[in-house]
Amino acid sequence: MAAKTLTINGRQISAAEGSTILQAALDAGVSLPTLCHLEGVYDVGACRLCLVEVKGASKLVPACTTTISEGMEIQTATERLVKYRRITLELLFAERNHVCSVCVANGHCELQSLAFSQGMDHVRFEYIFPKWDVDNTHSLFGMDHNRCILCTRCVRVCWHIEGAGTRNVAGRGGQSKIITDLNTSWSESESCTSCGKCIQSCPTGALFFKGATVGEMVRDRSKLEFIVNAREKKLWVYQD
Amino acid sequence: MSFLDLDEFLLELAPQVCMVFSPIMDVKKYPANVDLCLVEGAICNEDHLEMAKTIRCHTKFVVAFGDCAITGNVSAIRNQLGLGGRENVLQRAYVEAAQLNQCVPSMRGIVPPLLERVLPLHEVIPVDFFLTGCPPHPNKIRSFLCQWLAGDNPRLEGLDLKMG
Amino acid sequence: MILSELHQIWEKAIQTRKKIVLRCCLAAGCLSSNGKGVFESLQNAVRQSGLEKEVEVRGVGCMRLCCEGPLVSVDQEGVEDCLHVRVAPEDANLIIGFIRSGKPLAKRFDTGIPFFQMQMPVVLSNCGIIDPERIESYIAAEGYYALHEALHEMTPGEVVSMMVRSGLRGRGGAGFSTGLKWDTVAKSPSTIKFVICNADEGDPGAFMDRSVLESDPHRVLEGMSIAAYAVGASQGFIYVRAEYPLAIARLQLAIKQSKQMGLLGSGIFDSQFCFNIEIRIGAGAFVCGEETALMASVEGKRGTPRPRPPFPAESGLWGHPTLINNVETFANVVPICRRGADWFASIGTLKSKGTKVFALAGKIKNTGLIEVPMGMTLRAIVEDMGGGAPNGGRIKAVQTGGPSGGCIPVDHLDTPVDYDSLFQLGSIMGSGGMIVMDEATNMVEIARYFMEFCMDESCGKCIPCRAGTVQMHRLLDRIVRGQATAAHLARLEELCEMVKNTSLCGLGQTAPNPTLSTLRFFRKEYESLLQADPFARNPAGCNIAEHAVS
Repeated sequence: MAAKTLTINGRQISAAEGSTILQAALDAGVSLPTLCHLEGVYDVGACRLCLVEVKGASKLVPACTTTISEGMEIQTATERLVKYRRITLELLFAERNHVCSVCVANGHCELQSLAFSQGMDHVRFEYIFPKWDVDNTHSLFGMDHNRCILCTRCVRVCWHIEGAGTRNVAGRGGQSKIITDLNTSWSESESCTSCGKCIQSCPTGALFFKGATVGEMVRDRSKLEFIVNAREKKLWVYQD
Repeated sequence: MSFLDLDEFLLELAPQVCMVFSPIMDVKKYPANVDLCLVEGAICNEDHLEMAKTIRCHTKFVVAFGDCAITGNVSAIRNQLGLGGRENVLQRAYVEAAQLNQCVPSMRGIVPPLLERVLPLHEVIPVDFFLTGCPPHPNKIRSFLCQWLAGDNPRLEGLDLKMG
Repeated sequence: MILSELHQIWEKAIQTRKKIVLRCCLAAGCLSSNGKGVFESLQNAVRQSGLEKEVEVRGVGCMRLCCEGPLVSVDQEGVEDCLHVRVAPEDANLIIGFIRSGKPLAKRFDTGIPFFQMQMPVVLSNCGIIDPERIESYIAAEGYYALHEALHEMTPGEVVSMMVRSGLRGRGGAGFSTGLKWDTVAKSPSTIKFVICNADEGDPGAFMDRSVLESDPHRVLEGMSIAAYAVGASQGFIYVRAEYPLAIARLQLAIKQSKQMGLLGSGIFDSQFCFNIEIRIGAGAFVCGEETALMASVEGKRGTPRPRPPFPAESGLWGHPTLINNVETFANVVPICRRGADWFASIGTLKSKGTKVFALAGKIKNTGLIEVPMGMTLRAIVEDMGGGAPNGGRIKAVQTGGPSGGCIPVDHLDTPVDYDSLFQLGSIMGSGGMIVMDEATNMVEIARYFMEFCMDESCGKCIPCRAGTVQMHRLLDRIVRGQATAAHLARLEELCEMVKNTSLCGLGQTAPNPTLSTLRFFRKEYESLLQADPFARNPAGCNIAEHAVS
């Protein structure tokens, strides 16, 4: 495969043609914050955390859905990008009820770790404190909508890895909600195979194994990658 | 309490500071010209609100100490009840959960009037520093205090900013 | 259908034209004030007075002056058309009397006013003239000749280059060159391509596209067919919002009629060209006016946008190259074909060619539909055509571009209306909604209103738009309620900038525009609502006395 040369933060790198800015950056050891991105499923460019500046582009571009091109000059951590990322995280924390201290994902939460890695020590926006329910009807899993950030990882995993199509998004704007089937309770879902892939994909404590302790809520993302690689590349390597 | 977990560091700290006000001290009136105040807890009622303003007026450096002061944390969960949440909380505490004398205290000075919403400290007064954690880990407290005592602009980053 | 058949229909329509035509507006505006009742009572009156041979009562589309509806125009050969306003069903006999005696009615309206005289009907040339429910009426206005001409006298490449030469820019808001868009789709080697007409007009106060669809649906179908021929598509979709039932009904009827006459379907005008059009009805989401969300909706998916590139012209509906244009853009195609690209390019300004339809609304005397050449000043539109604010009020600002646009203050009214001038003022041309505000309008409330609209209409996919609009709305609301400090205003500005630069689609990227533009021109109104912050200057040692805080 042909390679393209480009610069990231002033450093020249080369990456395979057709790869995204995110892949190129990660391969070159440049980390980028992501939330909706998940290895194994397609990207939607929704969380806007991986936005980068590309010289000559009039707008900021999402690294996860933008393909590299020859000579691209990318900046991943300019002052305004850092500012925007922090605001994005603050908006998320204010949007629903993220109480880290009593969350089952405390210590294993991507939202939480992004917050401290991006320097968020407090939220400057008014907390909204909406009222969301918890679907505890399934015998193995639970979903707490208070902790959902609508990244749609679970939706994509359910459709494109498991192929069940149980999960979807209903409503719009801040009222958007991840639903099972046609907005039934999880236990009544006729399509759910109880595979648990959605739990593995969730970046926060919104989807959880029932009865798991805070210490046990470690997600096994490599399981998802393993399945996809096995299916698409016929690679049966489990990277722990 | 996690302040006490500073253990031996407390001994190191003692000669450098003069503790002038705390809920466990006899002093009832907040003194003037305070250099540093660690404010714990969210702003839930009018007493808290007034105290916060008093603290701000007489303190050079105000720290929101712990997740409750920074986010409202568990104490702000009642905000999810929405409008009327305040009444629901009192009803639950003094009537539904009470075994004796089931009524919401109405006499002045007994229960400070609750605010409509529980607020993080920085929504009420300007805050100079945020020390996250529930509770903040002693190492964080120590790191902050050392920087502050050294006269630096305190700075914590990475895991030291973790909430929860 | 071949040309001679088309010509026969045209001839027949001309020959059977009656001496007197009573044009009766049956577009949504007049229908809402009992235009249907007026139409029926006129039909009865004509029948009862035995004038059927001489008088045709014709239901037509929008006759522009919506605020004075129901409108009826009496057209007699050799006499100037005579418009009547606020006609009631009881007035039918008076109108018959007027036809017989020539004695004018009190409800006669002087069409010599600038509102009518300054119009330049290109898109709306049939609007209010022809019967939108009869294809013969459209053919009588030389409809479908342009399609024949394109199919038989031009190659697809020639049609595309004609569009490029015309300088037409997309009328949906962004103003991208229509010709270039067609060219990109036409050049794609793909064998499957689509043409979509975006009729998901959703800006508050905008009704241009609705009027075009209700008044002249065949014009849009013909424009789409020519576009399909030019780019090599064989399937078209019209995405129209469910809130426009009359437009949908008339489109459905028009498609049916066109199919019956062989003007849609296979082998159109005896050529190799095949084209079908289907209607897709939106379910009430504003964001579906965004092209990628619209395509998702047409595909039967949840209507949410996706990042571009790839642009629809490269990979659109079901991954195939897709041409998406707005209703008004397609309605411009036929006149360009008939009268030539050079004629079209001679109208308007250097960079904005042709005319633009606007829906004039708000605090203005004459509300309704206008079509003016690009480059006319806002003042000419608002003060001359619109007649200024009603009841002696004073105009304060003009809002263009709906929730994505901005408020242009009265001292900038001499700005010419074109894409670039409006953009420089922090607004946009938009689809053509123009809301006039008078001195009594609170600009912060206007900003809050538009923010609420965007908040409600955000699809929820990307965080800046979903959660950012909520917080911006809260901050604006706090300012309106007088509970905000300078710090809140600063936070609002910071958030506006962030949402504008980071949102996924146009909805979020432009949601801060009404706020930013009112901040730019009416900052004092914001500041006058702010509270002093007791801790603003010196947090420690502030001037509130201890215990004075209640």
